[in-house]
Amino acid sequence: MTAQPLIITDKVFRLKGGIHPDERKTLSNSTPIIAVPMPPLLILPMAMHMGAPADPVVSVGATVCKGDVLAIAVGGISATIHAPTSGRVCAIEDRIIAHESGLSSPCILIEADGEDHWRERHGLADWRSHPTDDLIQRLHDCGVVGQGGAGFPTDVKYRNRHRPITTLLINAAECEPYITADDRLMRERSDEILAGAIIAKHILGANTLRLGIEDNKPQALAEMRAAAERLSVDMRISVVASRYPSGGERQLIQMTTGQEVPQGGLPTDLGIVCQNVGTLASIYRAIVLDEPVISRITTVTGEAVDAPGNYEVPIGTPMETLLNQAGVHLKKADRVIMGGPMMGFAVPDITSPVVKTTNCLLVPTRKELPRPMPDNPCIRCGLCEQACPVDLLPQQLFWAAKHRNLEAAELHSINDCIECGACAYVCPSRIPLVQYYRYAKGELRNEKEETIKAERARTRFEARQARLEKEQLEKEVRRKARTKAAAEARAQKAANGGSQPDQQDDAIRAAMARAQAKKADKAKSAIELSIDDLEKALELAATKVKKANERLVIAQQESPDMVPALSKAVTKLEEKHQQARITRDEATRATTETRPDRGTDA
Amino acid sequence: MTAVNLTSPHTTGRTSVSWVMGWVLLALIPGWLVLIVSFSIGYAINMVLAMGTALAAEALLLKLRGRPVVFFLKDLSALVTAALLALALPPLGPWWLTILGTLFAIIFAKHLFGGLGNNPFNPAMVAYALLLVSLPLYMTTRWASPDFSLPVMDTLSVIFAGQIPIDGSTGATPLDVYKLDISRFTSAEVLQAPIFGNWIASGWDTASLAFLAGGALLLWKRIITWHIPVSFLGGLGIMAVLFSWDADIRVPLDLHLFAGATMLGAFFIATDPVSAATSNRGKLVYGAGIGVLIYLIRTWGNYPDAVAFAVLLMNFAAPLIDHYTRPRVYGHNKAVKGFKND
Repeated sequence: MTAQPLIITDKVFRLKGGIHPDERKTLSNSTPIIAVPMPPLLILPMAMHMGAPADPVVSVGATVCKGDVLAIAVGGISATIHAPTSGRVCAIEDRIIAHESGLSSPCILIEADGEDHWRERHGLADWRSHPTDDLIQRLHDCGVVGQGGAGFPTDVKYRNRHRPITTLLINAAECEPYITADDRLMRERSDEILAGAIIAKHILGANTLRLGIEDNKPQALAEMRAAAERLSVDMRISVVASRYPSGGERQLIQMTTGQEVPQGGLPTDLGIVCQNVGTLASIYRAIVLDEPVISRITTVTGEAVDAPGNYEVPIGTPMETLLNQAGVHLKKADRVIMGGPMMGFAVPDITSPVVKTTNCLLVPTRKELPRPMPDNPCIRCGLCEQACPVDLLPQQLFWAAKHRNLEAAELHSINDCIECGACAYVCPSRIPLVQYYRYAKGELRNEKEETIKAERARTRFEARQARLEKEQLEKEVRRKARTKAAAEARAQKAANGGSQPDQQDDAIRAAMARAQAKKADKAKSAIELSIDDLEKALELAATKVKKANERLVIAQQESPDMVPALSKAVTKLEEKHQQARITRDEATRATTETRPDRGTDA
Repeated sequence: MTAVNLTSPHTTGRTSVSWVMGWVLLALIPGWLVLIVSFSIGYAINMVLAMGTALAAEALLLKLRGRPVVFFLKDLSALVTAALLALALPPLGPWWLTILGTLFAIIFAKHLFGGLGNNPFNPAMVAYALLLVSLPLYMTTRWASPDFSLPVMDTLSVIFAGQIPIDGSTGATPLDVYKLDISRFTSAEVLQAPIFGNWIASGWDTASLAFLAGGALLLWKRIITWHIPVSFLGGLGIMAVLFSWDADIRVPLDLHLFAGATMLGAFFIATDPVSAATSNRGKLVYGAGIGVLIYLIRTWGNYPDAVAFAVLLMNFAAPLIDHYTRPRVYGHNKAVKGFKND
């Protein structure tokens, strides 16, 4: 690194479409970040990142220090969860979490002891001397996830690179209206962000550091530039026009590099890794200070808020606490939106906690963000098409989704829709377009799963069919061999001249005796079997019949070629069921006859 | 505060269907005023008749179809249809001509196909074509003469009392006159006729400029995009340059552009989004198609002003055009074309 770092402002590329909604950022970006006091109770959902929920490793009643692991990542994509303060695990139970569904999900509840003492920390100030795998492991252990909104585990992102990375793109666009968390973070902690960026660049082996920022954040840009000079780090800057959704990963890549992430691919296919500024600050804290992700900056804004601004809030703080801190008038408020007005969702319950991806709590009045009006019919005006940043034909998608014409929806590349909502924003008919697309995407997903299932069933059936045929064939071969052997034996005998009828009769008699014995044995065992067992067998047979019938019904709808075989199977199972019932009945009768007092005893 | 289940986006722009339709109506006003001043108060009477009929028919049909009447009346779409028809009809036609056309547009061309947004054809043009085919006498001879101003009372009696207009007060359109006369005279001689006035075609040229200005307003408000008007005018212009270079044989370019319904067609009729192609490239094809067809029909067809037929023919083609002009989606190597995804 040179003493005089090379900071270049590059030309930017045009974003197709996009919209320019009211920014409303000045509501919250003029005051410094305020720390929220530690609440007495913290609720930590096990599923606050993308991927599998974490697995609790503490038990109720355990005492934890600040930063102690509460739950570990399981499986390929997951993130570790830590105690945001010291205290006692007071419960592990289902709580309503911040999700559109309003469903509950497992959470660890921590009762703060007010001392807030840290576990032992081992910061890696000399991180350059450690292998990158160790650094990635550290990110994993510290539960670092993307804080832009999706919450994708950062360590997974760094491990899954199948191509050499050339560029680390810092996503500082923050294009959603209202949100200023990244803006404030850049103004106040630009050194942390850049230190994190240097570490990330080192881990990725990238040679270019690029900052993508909207032109509505001049102060943040100045701070980032100053920090780059202070830390003596080369940086290329792309100042893009404020145009939603410039902060979408793929859109920012298009605007800063002119390249498009290929269909179905990832930014790594272009040698680019895109990282939000908040995530980079977390990376710095995780590596250098050994601080896991236990707090974040959240914007609380909207006209129903007395003191809109940015708050540093411990993860797990109930939203209600944070809203009270910011002076929210819940009577004036129409709803609480987590995230921005374009892609956020209305929080079903404000007792749910702030999580690693809560970048904003927007509390608008009804006048500020009115409820949706009844929609007019689509007049095909095409404004949506002009606004779509990925060049889809939103109105064609709408017609396809409305009529559940999934083939047409796929033909119009519905899965490339990023659900940014630009089309719905410009729609003069006020059609909730994004909801139609979500519906169609969901239906497509279901249909795909059904197809896979049917395919599996077909393979299974064919394999069984092949096996049975093979067995039949083998039987046939054995039978022929036997016949041949017998014929040969007979011929031998005939050749020997004398017959040995006695011996043959003996053999037949022996076989008959064996059969007799077997039959008696079977009858005996049926009686000996307890009625409970028979009852169970009967039940089992009944479920088998039921399942087979269900499968038959499905097959009739989906794969008619399987129907004959399945109906045969059903008949067979029904016979078995009948047999089981008869056996049971016989046994019951036998028992009641032999032990008539049994009923009165019970 | 109550928890409500709303999904994103939570904010929307300020546009609405009535906003779009309202701007279209506003943008039509300059051209309409020029037509009234240059030709006849008949344009104003037609407008009132058409709008009244359209609102009544729309309300009745909505009621019959069990749709909320006021909600849909407020979208102003019926008024836009009425306005386009009133501007396209001859100003001195009988009153029932306007009413018949409007009823047909609203009832048959719009509501029988499912109402706003579902009509495959431009309702105003369907009505215009119907009248032109069924009642050609009224549709071709009742154009007001620019240099013979019929008094208001006489105009009223022509429209409402069935009085035959005074000789010289009505006639054919300049495009019609030129096409008929050019076989016998030279261009210079034809243009001596008073109907062509000082510039291109007395009255029509100023009205065309006014519609052009209205169209510019719609472009500026981003209610329409440039694709259809530009390709429409381009298609017509290229055809005229190729085949009408000799003004002594065929109608020349300036008359094609400024002596008829071309500007109204390019900015207000062809851009009717419901019945047009949807993608930007599709709009280019669609607009160019209309322009070319207008020239073909005007030159080798029977109708001197061919906007209605050209638009209707391209309305037929719009769904097909849509299938072959999809844009390339972000990250895709090429655009998906046709009806099957491979």
